[in-house]
Amino acid sequence: MIWNEEFETLPREALEALQLKRLRTLMERVYTAVPYYRKKMEEAAVAPADIKSLADLRKLPFTTKEDLRLNYPFGLFAVPFEKVVRIHASSGTTGKPTVVGYTKNDIDAWAELMARTLSAGGAHKGDVVHNAYGYGLFTGGLGAHYGAERLGAAVIPISGGNSKRQIMIMQDFGSTVLMCTPSYALNLADVMKEMQVDPKTLKLRVGLFGAEPWSENMRQEIEARLNIKAIDIFGLSEVMGPGVASECIEEKHGLHVFEDYFIPEIINPETGEPVPHGELGELVFTTLTKEAFPVIRYRTKDLSRLIVEPCSCGRTFYRMQRITGRTDDMLIIRGVNVFPSQIEHVLMSIEGVEPHYQIIVDRQASLDVMEVQVEVSEHIFSDEIKVLEKLGKKIEREIKDLLGVSCKVKLVEPKTIQRSEGKAKRVIDNRKL
Amino acid sequence: MKVEQISIFLENKSGRLAEVAAVLAKAGINIRALSLADTTDFGILRLIVNDTEKAKQVLKDNGFTVGKTEVIGVEVADKPGGLAEILNVMKENAINVEYMYAFVQKSAGNAIIIFRFDELEKAIDALQKAGIRIMKGEEIYSI
Repeated sequence: MIWNEEFETLPREALEALQLKRLRTLMERVYTAVPYYRKKMEEAAVAPADIKSLADLRKLPFTTKEDLRLNYPFGLFAVPFEKVVRIHASSGTTGKPTVVGYTKNDIDAWAELMARTLSAGGAHKGDVVHNAYGYGLFTGGLGAHYGAERLGAAVIPISGGNSKRQIMIMQDFGSTVLMCTPSYALNLADVMKEMQVDPKTLKLRVGLFGAEPWSENMRQEIEARLNIKAIDIFGLSEVMGPGVASECIEEKHGLHVFEDYFIPEIINPETGEPVPHGELGELVFTTLTKEAFPVIRYRTKDLSRLIVEPCSCGRTFYRMQRITGRTDDMLIIRGVNVFPSQIEHVLMSIEGVEPHYQIIVDRQASLDVMEVQVEVSEHIFSDEIKVLEKLGKKIEREIKDLLGVSCKVKLVEPKTIQRSEGKAKRVIDNRKL
Repeated sequence: MKVEQISIFLENKSGRLAEVAAVLAKAGINIRALSLADTTDFGILRLIVNDTEKAKQVLKDNGFTVGKTEVIGVEVADKPGGLAEILNVMKENAINVEYMYAFVQKSAGNAIIIFRFDELEKAIDALQKAGIRIMKGEEIYSI
């Protein structure tokens, strides 16, 4: 079902006119309110008045995660701080997270967009939404929560973890809609099997999965094992959180970008030039309505392509293909963004020297496991077992503290870690999606 | 008074110990005493050899992580109660043994115990006061 018939099916011309109007307002506002954006625009010799058509968007400079880092924590907020009613954060590339803020209107728009997402996935008023996205600084939990309430569903804010209890609650409360990461959905299927719970006896009908890359194979596996329809949803905290784009249950082919709120672009990551529709490139977003934390041409480093052909569901929004990769080395572990540089940061602070390390990611019993192999240099070596074991535990604890994901540290001999042309390969991802 | 011990970091995978032995053999180094401590993932090989510096160098050259630690060697009569006497001295002086290993001297028939203490100087002092003979490094290197 289409939640907002009027906007989700706007004819392209009307939609693009609305986008332009909103873009111009946004540029005026950002130019006045955010000195950093103004400076970048001045350097690029572009002013808000230069934006006369949507094609002029490409005159604007890109925003990167580095820009966000330089303005940590609130430097890019475009409203007086007393207007901010919510703060979320996601992984930064070093020790500091990326911080985003929301005004009351932003929260309201987010709820609308998540209600659209849920509706596109086949959920409706009266559903029991089992929300196993993590609640907290991560946008997944609260984003989905507000959307489900807006939809008129009953939300179970169960958050992540404790799978047996999750399944008991699904049985007893009659959950009909599941929201979590796709790998967690498979983990729940494993635990159900262990508990000898037949998914057919549950009321689950549909699942909305996101926050990590997955594949058609995983979709088929989830659908078969949980006896539900599985829908891919997309968002990132820098742009808003979940609710940026969503598949429709009619086609399950490409995610409709809510274009009245966001302009998607696909660019060549090398040149920054737009690529023709349908070609693979880096996904870039401009937020059209966000008040507290607008972003202009934010480079997601996610690889995708735009599908511009009309969809049978009736929505006129372009679709983005499910994310097929990244332009950088970011990993998503159990729904949490992890940058190798963050791990390097931890090791550096412990060892005091540049560490040799490698991150090995695998999937065991449907859950991501991360092992960090650290070469034992003379610097950290000891003749006592307990000293080395303490060191391993300390690294594990500090990585957990910084990333919020646990890992296993394995101490290895020097030169164990492959070096290609002098540069170590930092990540080995053995997960099969 | 003190004995130099080298320690080597080893991953638990087949062939690593053999590799260490081969490197030392090739360099003509004699092993006097050794112990291997292991965990699930890794082990620490501790060696006393006839030429500490050379052993350390050749192992490093072959890519091993090598450390050097000072330990002490105590000669103990090869009879019941020999070890108990030494450990009792440690207990009375509240000195912790980090680890220890022993071997029997082939000529004299005495046992030699290598100790790693948390407080080395204090341990030497306590053992001497108790009249226990601490072996010189050279005595052990040249066994």
